[in-house]
Order: sequence, then structure tokens, then C-alpha cells
Amino acid sequence: MVTLKDYAEAMPNQWCPGCGNFGILKAMRQALVGLGLEPYKVLMVSGIGQAGKFPHYLHCHVLNELHGRALPAAIGAKIANHDLTVIAVGGDGDGYGEGGNHFISAMTRNVNMTYIVNNNQVYGLTKGQASPTSDPGFITKTTPEGAWEPLKPLALAVATNCSFIGRGFAGDIKHLEQLVRMGIQYKGFTFIEVLQPCVAFNHKNTYKWYEERVYKLEEDKGYDPEDRTAAFNKALEWGERIPIGLIYRKDRPVFEEQLLALKEMPLCEQRTDPLQFEQLLDSFL
Amino acid sequence: MAAEINFMVGGEAGQGVQTIGFVLAKVMARTGLHVFADQDYESRVRGGHNFYRVRASNTEVQALSEKIDVLIALDQATVELHFTEVKSDGITIFDRDKIEVKGKKHAQLGIPLEKLAMETTSNKLMTNSVAIGAAIAIAGGNFELLAQVLREHFTHLGKQLAEDNMKAAKAGYDHARQEQAPNSIHAIKPPSKKSKRMLLNGNEAIALGAMVAGCKFVSAYPMTPASSIMEYIADKGRQFDVVVIQPEDEIAAINMIIGAAFTGVRAMTATSGGGFSLMVEGLSLAGITETPIVAILAQRPGPAVGLPTRTEQGELGFVLHAGHGEFPRAVLAPISIEDAFYSAVKAFNIADRYQIPVIMLTDQHLASSYQTVQRFNLKKVSIDRGLILSKKEASGLKDYKRHKLTRSGISPRAIPLQGTALVVTDSDEHDEEGHMIEDGRMREKMVLKRLRKLEGLRDGITKPRLSGEPDAEITLIGWGSTYGAIVEAASILSRQGIITNVMQMSDLWPFPAQAVTSILNKAGKSVVVENNATGQLATLIRAQTGIKVDATIPKFDGRPFSPGYIVKELKKGVV
Repeated sequence: MVTLKDYAEAMPNQWCPGCGNFGILKAMRQALVGLGLEPYKVLMVSGIGQAGKFPHYLHCHVLNELHGRALPAAIGAKIANHDLTVIAVGGDGDGYGEGGNHFISAMTRNVNMTYIVNNNQVYGLTKGQASPTSDPGFITKTTPEGAWEPLKPLALAVATNCSFIGRGFAGDIKHLEQLVRMGIQYKGFTFIEVLQPCVAFNHKNTYKWYEERVYKLEEDKGYDPEDRTAAFNKALEWGERIPIGLIYRKDRPVFEEQLLALKEMPLCEQRTDPLQFEQLLDSFL
Repeated sequence: MAAEINFMVGGEAGQGVQTIGFVLAKVMARTGLHVFADQDYESRVRGGHNFYRVRASNTEVQALSEKIDVLIALDQATVELHFTEVKSDGITIFDRDKIEVKGKKHAQLGIPLEKLAMETTSNKLMTNSVAIGAAIAIAGGNFELLAQVLREHFTHLGKQLAEDNMKAAKAGYDHARQEQAPNSIHAIKPPSKKSKRMLLNGNEAIALGAMVAGCKFVSAYPMTPASSIMEYIADKGRQFDVVVIQPEDEIAAINMIIGAAFTGVRAMTATSGGGFSLMVEGLSLAGITETPIVAILAQRPGPAVGLPTRTEQGELGFVLHAGHGEFPRAVLAPISIEDAFYSAVKAFNIADRYQIPVIMLTDQHLASSYQTVQRFNLKKVSIDRGLILSKKEASGLKDYKRHKLTRSGISPRAIPLQGTALVVTDSDEHDEEGHMIEDGRMREKMVLKRLRKLEGLRDGITKPRLSGEPDAEITLIGWGSTYGAIVEAASILSRQGIITNVMQMSDLWPFPAQAVTSILNKAGKSVVVENNATGQLATLIRAQTGIKVDATIPKFDGRPFSPGYIVKELKKGVV
């Protein structure tokens, strides 16, 4: 039986007291335990930023990658062994800024894995610069005139026909846990953005600010997450009301399931015999 | 009858220069001759001027020759540009209805190439096959062999197309036979002993070597001249369960292979200088996470986009220092097509044994030139995955340490889900378990642990050897693809009384300083021959051994060395 203890922090935590990451970590840990996934079956790949430290505070396989590069490494790992549960995690600067190209491509490719973006709309680790999702007018050390037009990652995700798009809130752990569970179980590329207050550098988008605005899509009986146009509208909704829950879902063929090489067994278990290439050499005679 | 014959096929992109160049090379190889063929093409899909040189000989050839015996001109530009390169006893084959040939320094054979193509197949595109039929006839070749090669080459595109190509070739063959005796002076002497050799280019040799070594995962972004490596594996790899991914960019490519290698498969990428520039951050990641990867860098002239379809050796200095921070790496520069195959196998073994990134440095000349080689000996291939824990070993471990400090610097690898050990690694400096640290003492230990791997690796690389006379007046020094041209230049010079030997370097890092020092201490006048402007190997030799070479022969016009060019330059400046 897997218990929360199995996922205890593997090293002392370095986040600020009150950081939204704590709620996300708790939800993640509960989701993994709830799914009965033993730590040795889980690979977490992260980028760089405060969210990049995330896997170190769980006890599982960890590939703490470069800034912005978690997704390609996670895809490579999943194709190398599709029996692994692969989860990539990073922040908004990491995933939407530095790794933007990988983000788009991962959603179109549709490898069966989960990607969690802890979006606090600001750079934490480098101490308070604007991020791709900072609200317009957000003043920081690098944007004295205020931040410009923010990226709408969920809308971008709908545009790529990403197979599973969810949004959670670090202040609602129970809801987030359910969403993460659903995401890990879903077959295809799962993108979950988590609204994460940053107590050190974002004094606008606070716990209170979010609590006054977020609402759950599950409570709207009329909302159909398979309706792409409706999902696009929800993905753009921001300001007075902010939707959380399952934004969009689209069953699509999974990339690695189309690969002939993986039909018999995972790639990493296959052994090569050099002598099997004799015939191929003949083709050069 | 000659012991050697040199063909050149010239024409616009889109006229099928590459096709008949390759077919010609293949027919010569099947005849039992040694073949070297190189391609010169522009960065365009249609038009311009391209040529393909095929050198066939009764003795081994591994470099191009600039003197042409048979010029096959598919367009007017070929005549204008190459007419004077034809030997006085050579011949030019051309379309007499389309191309005008002035001057009569050598024999000419005007054939209505396009007309014959239209008469036999009603297809203008068959013109090149008429030309190749004629060329084979002039060379005293066997039509059945030509027909066989054409059938193999075209059948997968359609039976009719194969038939038409054969018909057109026959028309050209018969036409030329009527005008030229089969045993003319242009004909090549058939080899006394028929041996079956492989005909392939450098990229194919690398692709084969990688697959034979058990590479299971390739992620690469198309870039000339490296693309055909991924294309070949994408095609043939399907039957051997090799996955090829074309990702969004080169940054993704290298990070994908790092993810795959971390998860236990042999993984590689292939690119050229521009793409490699985007990969250097990932290279550094492979260094600190001790992830075994292989990166092929097929050089072309830079900076930036440079000359995309041409050749240069301008990135030696770059790959030695690529990536931020200090970490061990190996750099292998195969010196021939045969060496490229075995070198690819070695690259994977070194990567796994030392858990480091290995860079294979080639160039356009090696990548796309064809040569006949002895059939690769698969029994000689051994796969060494290094220190990898079995499932059982990895399951018995509590608190597994991926980066355990050891004397050799090599830590036993557990693989995720191969047993129950948890594998942790980090782009941040980390402790033995793989978790990030700030501690200065541990940082020092980790840096030294990683660098210690170079000590073992130094023994594992191939040391340069001196080939030719031990006591020579001149020692030519080169690296990588220039080997064939340098060795032939040395033998030409030696025949002319200037005794010359050669030190060709394949494995460049860790630099075999001892071996190079002992060779150069006994060398004649040392002359570095390299395809760049600044003398990067000469600089490296000086930095690593303190020895300043006597002279350099640089070349940076985007074209490969020929033996004749080296001899000429040497006589001009050194002797």
C-alpha cells in the first residue's frame, strides 16, 4: 500500500512560507497516493524556477532539467519507457516563456503524460520580474512601464487541440487533487495549469484575489468540455470571474502508441544483436 | 586500357545529376572496381550548377581526382565550367541538339540525348539515363550491370519508371557503341580479382554504426549535411525497432535524447554547426547529469548559415569548448567512411562507459561522398553499456546514489523502473543522491569526480599513428575527412622524391598529447592540412604539446582538398 509517507520530502524545502507551491505539492502527493502509484513507477521531470524544485520534495525518479526544457526530456523518457508514469512540472516563465516552443509542440504531439504549470504570473527564483502571464500594467523591476499583453496559455492549448486541458487553484487542494488524478489517468497529453499565489513578489494576484474570482466548471451543468468553441471562450475568461476545472477534453491518438518499435515491449528493455544487420549490409553491395 | 577512370556528370539541380552519378558509381563498384565519388551541389532545388564526380580504379581510391576522363554534360554550363578539366585523351559526352562545344582539345561525342529519350520513352526526364548508357559504353562497361542497378534504383518508384530508365539507357549505350569501339582508350581495365564491396557514404556508415551499436532513439532536426542520417534510420530503423523523432527544434532534440538516455536507451542526435549551437546548453546538461549521449556534428562552412551545401572543418575549436562550465567529453573525427561506421559504435560505448556526451565531428565531404569499402565486420562489433545495475541489483539497494563518488569517477547507473531504486539527477550541482546543493566542499568533489573520468577515457581513445616512411622529409598532419586526400598527396610526393609521411588524427579529445608529441619529435617538416582558415588543429597541437608546426595548408573555399591541391600548395610554400 502506498502512503503519503512514501512521497515524503527527499530534501529540506526551500520555498517561502505561504508559497502557493505547498498546496500544489500536497494535492500532487495525495493524487499519487490516491492512484496507488508507487514512487518507483513515477518519473518527475522539472525545469528551473521555484516550481522546478518540486520533484525534490517528493520521493520518486527525478530529472531536474534546464530552464524551459522539461517537456522534451519528459517526452524522450516516456518514449524510452512507456510503462513509466511521466509528469513534467514547471512554472509560467519556464513553460510559457523559455519553453514556449516545446509547450506548443508537446500538445500537438500528444504523448501520454501530464504537464503541470504552476502559474504565479511572476518570476520568483530570479526575484520578481514580469512573466509571460503577468497581468497588463503589472509593474516590476524589468517592466517599469507595466507588463504588456499576457499570454493566454489555455487558449493556446485549445488552439493546438491539446487532448486534456485543466486549471486548478493552489488554494483549493481537494479540487486540484481530483483534477491531477483525472489528468494522470487520462490517456494523452494532459495540461493542467495551477493558479498559484506568490507571497513574495505578486501582491496583486493573492489568495484573496483568486478566492473572490475562481469558480468551478463542474458546477455549471450546461458546460460541455468537448465543445472546442466553448472551451476557447472559457480559456479566455479572466478578470472578474476565472474558471477552474476541466476546460477541454479531446480523445486523440496517442503518439507513442503509433510507434511500431514500442508494440512488443518498452524501448529500454530491447536488446540489439549486431548480427541481425547482415542483410542490411547486403543492400550496399 | 586504363587502370583508373574519372567521370564527371554536370547539370542543373533537377536534371538527375545525383541519380546518374550514384548509378554510375554503383555500376563501377559492381564491376569490382574501387570507387570514390563526391558531390558538389548548391543550396537550391532547381537550376544552378551541380556536379558529381566518380573515380573508379583497379587500386584503392579514397579521394577525389580533379582530372576528368569522361565528362557527361547535361547542360551548357557544365561544358563552360569543366571543359578544360578534361584530360587530352579524355572525352566529353553531350546532347548535340542542345549543347554547343567549341574547341577540340579532346574527343567529343555528341549524342541526341533528349531526342533518344523522347523516341524510346516519350519522357524528357529520361535524358540522364540515355547519357549514363552512353558513358557506360565508353567506359567499356557491361550493360546488364547497368540495367540491374537501374532496376534496383527505380523499381520502388514504379515498375514502368524502371523499365523506361532501362530503355533510355539502352538507347544511349547502343548509340555510343556504334560510334566508339568498346575497347577504346577510354575504357577501364576490368579488375583481375572481383571482390564484393559495399558502396556507401559517410552518413550511411554512421547511421548503420549507430543502429548496430543498439541506438534505439534518434531525435534530430533536419539540417544539411546531417539530415540523411535521420532519414536513413527513419526508413530502415522501422524493421529494427529504432524510433526517430523530428522535434520542434534542436534544443528539443538534445533534451529528448537526454530524457531517453536517462531512461536507459542509447540515444543520439545529428545536426550541423547552426543546430549544434542551439544544443550546447543541453550538452552541458548531459555533462552535469552524467547522461550518455551521442551527437553527430556534420560540419559545413559558417559562420551562421554560411555555405549550406559545402564542406569545412571550422568547428573543432567550437566542439572542444561547447557548453558552459567544465565537464568531460569525447570528440571523435572519423577519417574515412569505414572508420565512420566503427567510430559510431565506439562513440556509444564511450558514452555509456564514461557516462558523458560524445561528439562525432564529420563534415559535408565525408557525409555525402561515397566510397567502396570492405564489408563491415559485424562480429567485430561489441556493445558495452558500461556500469548499469541489473533489475535485481537495483531493487536490492536502499538509498541508491546516482552520483556516488568513486575513484574512477564513474557511478553505477540504475535506470528508472528497471528495479525499484529511485534515480535522481539535477542540472543544479547536486550531492551523491542527485539532490541540489549549495555546499562548496561537495561541489568540489563532484567537479573532480566528473573530471576524473577523463583519466580512464584517455586510454580508451585511438591514438594517432604515423603512416608511410618512418624517416620522412615532410610529415603531413590532418584530422577527419581529409585523410584520403592527404595520404594520396604523400604518396605522390614520395614518388617524386620528396619523402612524405602522414599523421592523421581521428580521436581529438581527450587530446592524445603524448602520442602526438612522440610522433612530432621524430617528424620531418610538419605541415598541418586543414579545411579552415585559422589552423584549429595546429593551434590545438601547440596548446596541448607546446609544439609549433612548421607550416599549414589551409582551405576555406567550401570545397574539399584533392591530393593534387595539397601537392601544389606544398611545393609552392613549403618545399
